[in-house]
Parts: sequence; C-alpha cells; structure tokens
Amino acid sequence: MEKISQFKGLAVPLKISNVDTDQIIPAVFLKRITKTGFEDGLFANWRQNPDFVLNEPRYQGGQVLIAGSDFGTGSSREHAVWALRDYGFKAVFSSKFADIFLGNAGKQGLVAGVISEVDTERIWAFIDENLGAEVEVDLPSQEIRVGDMVIPFSVDEYTKWRLTEGLDDIGITLQNEAAISDYEAKRESWKPKTLPARGV
Amino acid sequence: MSNKPLTLAEKLWRDHLVLKGENGAPDLLYIDLHLIHEVTSPQAFDGLRLAGRGVRRKDLTIATEDHNTPTENIHLPIADPTSRAQVQALRDNTAEYGVRIHSLGDDNQGIVHVVGPQLGLTMPGLTVVCGDSHTSTHGAFGALAMGIGTSEVEHVLATQTLPLQPFKTMAINVEGTLRKGVSAKDIILAVIAKISTGGGQGYVLEYRGSAIRALSMEGRMTICNMSIEAGARAGIVAPDQITFDYLKGRPHAPEGDDWDQALKDWAELKTDEDAVFDAEVFIDADTLDPFVTWGTNPGQGVSLMDSIPDPESFTDPSQKAAALRALEYMDLKAGTKMKDIAVDTVFLGSCTNARIEDLRVAAEILKGQKMAPGIRMLVVPGSHKVRLQAEEEGLDQVFKDFGADWRFAGCSMCLGMNPDQLAPGERAASTSNRNFEGRQGKGARTHLVSPMVAAATAIRGTLSAPADLEL
Ligand code: SF4
Repeated sequence: MEKISQFKGLAVPLKISNVDTDQIIPAVFLKRITKTGFEDGLFANWRQNPDFVLNEPRYQGGQVLIAGSDFGTGSSREHAVWALRDYGFKAVFSSKFADIFLGNAGKQGLVAGVISEVDTERIWAFIDENLGAEVEVDLPSQEIRVGDMVIPFSVDEYTKWRLTEGLDDIGITLQNEAAISDYEAKRESWKPKTLPARGV
Repeated sequence: MSNKPLTLAEKLWRDHLVLKGENGAPDLLYIDLHLIHEVTSPQAFDGLRLAGRGVRRKDLTIATEDHNTPTENIHLPIADPTSRAQVQALRDNTAEYGVRIHSLGDDNQGIVHVVGPQLGLTMPGLTVVCGDSHTSTHGAFGALAMGIGTSEVEHVLATQTLPLQPFKTMAINVEGTLRKGVSAKDIILAVIAKISTGGGQGYVLEYRGSAIRALSMEGRMTICNMSIEAGARAGIVAPDQITFDYLKGRPHAPEGDDWDQALKDWAELKTDEDAVFDAEVFIDADTLDPFVTWGTNPGQGVSLMDSIPDPESFTDPSQKAAALRALEYMDLKAGTKMKDIAVDTVFLGSCTNARIEDLRVAAEILKGQKMAPGIRMLVVPGSHKVRLQAEEEGLDQVFKDFGADWRFAGCSMCLGMNPDQLAPGERAASTSNRNFEGRQGKGARTHLVSPMVAAATAIRGTLSAPADLEL
C-alpha cells in the first residue's frame, strides 16, 4: 500500500446521509473475480440519474468525498471501499461512519476521517461557491485545508499509523518475518506437505 | 511456563503461536494446511498480484473445484458464465503461483472438505483453514480448523499465518449408545436445536463422551462439519485409535519414523483431566431419535417422531417471530406430524454426508426397494474418489436400480450456485447442512436429515425413519 501523508484533490459534495453499502456498490457487482475495476459499480444506481453529483462535469476527477452523516452502513462488503478507491477517491469525510466501513477503509488505504456536521456544511458551501475547489488533506496533522479554513478531523491512532506507514494487514504481519521463520524452523517433520503431490 | 490444565483447543492454539498479541492486538497463529476453492480465492490471488506478493508456502496449500461445478456432463464447458469464470480464475491462479489443484475430471476433485481428509492431509495437531465456513469438518481429526474470509485467504497465502482473537471453549458431552437408525447427523441436529444457531458464538466446541468415541471418523466429520451452524468458531474431537487407523497409509500420512513421532505427539492431544470449559452441554445418546428440521435455520429441528412446534410455545419473542416466518416460508402448519410431510426431492450429498459410509448406509436401505411415485433423488458423492469407491462396491447400481440420479462429485444441491437446484416451492429432504431460505434454489424448502432418513423418505415419499419401512 502507498504511504499517505498530505495530498490535494478535487472535492465532491455528497449531500446525502445514511448512504449504505448497497448504494455505494449494488450487489450485482459482487460476482466479479478481481479486486480492482469496481469504479463502474460506485453509486451505480444513482449514477443513472444525470443530475447525480458524480455526473456533473465540474466534479469529474474527484478525489475527496465530503458525505452526509452515517456513511457506509449496511452489509459489510469490502467492495464498497474498493469501488471508492478504484474510482479515484483517496479520502472520505463524514460526521459519522459505520464501524465496519471504517475498518475496511483503513485496511485498503482509504482515509475515512470524521468531521463535525457544522464543518461538513461549511465545506459544502465553499465547494458550491468555488468551481473546481481543491482541498488539502493532511493526515499526520489531521487537518483539511479548504480556502482559508483549517478543519480538524479525527481518525483512530492505529489506522493513522498504518495509513501513514502504508501498511495493510499483511504488511504488518510481514514485519514479523523473523518470528514466522523461527516458527517454521521448529515445525515437526511429520506435518503434511501438499507438494510433491502424492496419491495422484 | 504455567502448568494450568488446558483443553485440547487451547493446546492447539498454544502450539501454533507465532506471536502473542499485546494491548488487545490479536495473536498471530501459524497455519499448517490451507485449502482453497474457486469461490473465495480469486480476489485473494488478485490482491497478491496487486501488492507484488507471492504464495509463501505453496507446499502447504491445495486447491479443488467444487461449488460451481456441474455434476453431470462434466466434459462440457461450464454453462453459467459467472461459474465458468470463477473456475477458470482458480485454474489460472494456481498455475501462475504453482499451487496444486484437483480440477473437474481429476480423481481427487471433490468437495474441499472431503478431499483434504481423503488424501491424508488433514491430521491431528494441525491448524487448517479454508475460505469456507464448513472447514470445521477437519476438527474431527483433532485439528483446529476454521473457516475464513477472502482477505484472510490472501493473508494466509502471503504469510502462512493469521491474526486471530482467542476463543472460549464449550464441551459437548454425548454419553450413551445410539439406537439403530440414529446416526451422527442426528446428534449434531439435536445439539444445534438445544443450544440454538447462536449458542456456539465465540466458542470452539469439543465433542466428547462415549457416543462420540464410538463414531467412525466419517461420523465425527459430520458432527464437526455442522459446528458452524451453532455459530461456533470450530468443532473438535480428540484423536484416538480410530483416527490413527483412518489415517495410516493414506497418501500424505506420515511414514516410518515420522509416523512414530507423530503418534507420540498425537498422544498429547487431549483435554487435561482438570481443564475447565467455559460452558458444558449434555446430550443423552440412548434416547436420541432421528432428528429433522422443520424451519429455515438448522436450530429449528425436532425428533422425527414429533410434530411441528407451535410458535406460540416459544417464550423468546425473536424465536417466536422466526418460527412464524419459517412456517410461512416452508408452507407448514404447527402441529403437523413430521412424518406427514411429503417431499418432492431427496438429496444425498454435501460435505456433511457424502462420504462412502453415508452412501453405504443409504444403499443398504434402498436395495431392492422402489422409489415413491413423483419423487426425484440425487446421489452426489463428495469426491470423485468416493464415486469410484462406490462403483467398485456396486452402490451406484443400487442407486440406479432404485431410480436415483447417480452424479459426479461436487457441492451440487447443497447450495444454489450450480445447475443442481430446487424449483421455487419445491420441498427436499436433504443431507446437507443449511436449510436457509433459498439455499437450495430460490423459494426452495429444505428439511435437513440424515442419510438413513433420506433413504427411507425416498421410499415412502414422506419424511420417514428406516424403522417405518418394517411396519
Ligand atoms: S457441500 Fe455445501 S456446505 Fe459443503 S462446501 Fe459445498 S456448498 Fe459448502
């Protein structure tokens, strides 16, 4: 995973609350066999409406989603995070996230930061008035900089650590490579091996 | 080192600890055997590819095709494009990463939980994982065997370890002697009815007692298989002479000095005398009847001699609501005798009950009998090896003479993912493990039964015990 510290990106306002994972990516997209390429599934049903925010020319190439409260509720599908990430979003902000979504986002390198409802409204207002407004996300100092505003966001320490270090679960385990190799050196010789194949 | 007495599951945990988690972080456990199949592995391999990682121990990994594969005309390409793509992805991924695979048409192809034990890869003292909840099956050997999700499959492929939170332990004591016509399947259905589908949550269940000791390995696998239906993390049986006899001589069983050393190590694999379980359950094997389900979860079961319970009799409001909903879906009425329920289809198969002994007991009952009018019966061996063995014993002929369909190995009608499905509203007596709404096809109605009850039901057309045939 890429290490994340500061980045600038076009902000997209999603002025809807209670966005569940079925809306983020409908179930029909779950049958795929890849872990990438889910961008077409992102908000697929809503995107059929030409007026949906992601269809507006001014929001093409958005990287930072400013969403209403209770984002990512419902089914635990990891695909919701994959879809956001594949579409190009690097961060999502909301005044409240579902726990499982937060966990999945952290694992997949998507910043999910909690901001206050008042700040959500302030950012929306700024974007509305400033065509092509970019926001700067600063993960180490947990700040979003928009125009003259500096808005704090919260993210748990462990997730922040893994995002700034660019570590997924596997990366964290691999930091214990020595312990794994030590264990392997002591494994009993009677334990089975699938290779070379016997019984075929 | 503390000398605290330990349960078997705790010993296995201790023996596989790579790192003890600190400050609430999970423990890191080493995984001895990783089984994979086509449904839960494609994204795991894709994840490896994206991160530029490899498979750490392909010599501890093995793949087979089962969930999506057809059970007839297996020489033809798989018709459903999604199924075909998943199977093809497994073939491509295992080829790319050098992982052993048993594909459709190969003698060792079959349901992943039948293939591991059959090859002698599943053995006591191991940690076994697979991206499938019924991995609990392998606990029958005294292994700690757990189902995992796709991200965890990727984790194991890359590191051969898994971060896991510790569990609690529950003893399921089954004492006594099973009566004729009662089998392992009835024990586990009775256990789940007793502790409910959530009763095992957070626990590893250890099945103990004289009735468990008397079971064959295949019977023990049937029981451990359904531990997950009680919500448990895993199920386990301490290994004994029956385990060792089953293993000896299998393709991957230890040989020579390794076998002797293994026997020594395996002798330690039992719960210490004074170890304390977090919970205990007692089941009386002497009085157990054949057990069948009436509802839409495996905990909604009763003795075949009983009637469908009245939802009003449930004190727990959520259980009452579930019963009402289940009866509506199943199109059944409270008070109906279980034996009066007529079925359309009988399915003998799945990782719960499609091993050679299951086919043998069913064939013995079906021999020389006629199928009830209007019924169809599917017999689907758990692996191609089981199919070959059954044919060697002439069981296939018994099934065919009876009028049943004799199929190739796979998950088949256990889940609606391949061509073997029930039509909406159809009712089946099924030896599988899940009777959820739509599990065997959209709108399908499932009664979980033992192989003996399945056979007797195919003869009489209504849910029946073998004893009913002698009337
Ligand atoms: S037979 Fe059924 S329960 Fe077993 S692995 Fe296949 S689908 Fe799952």
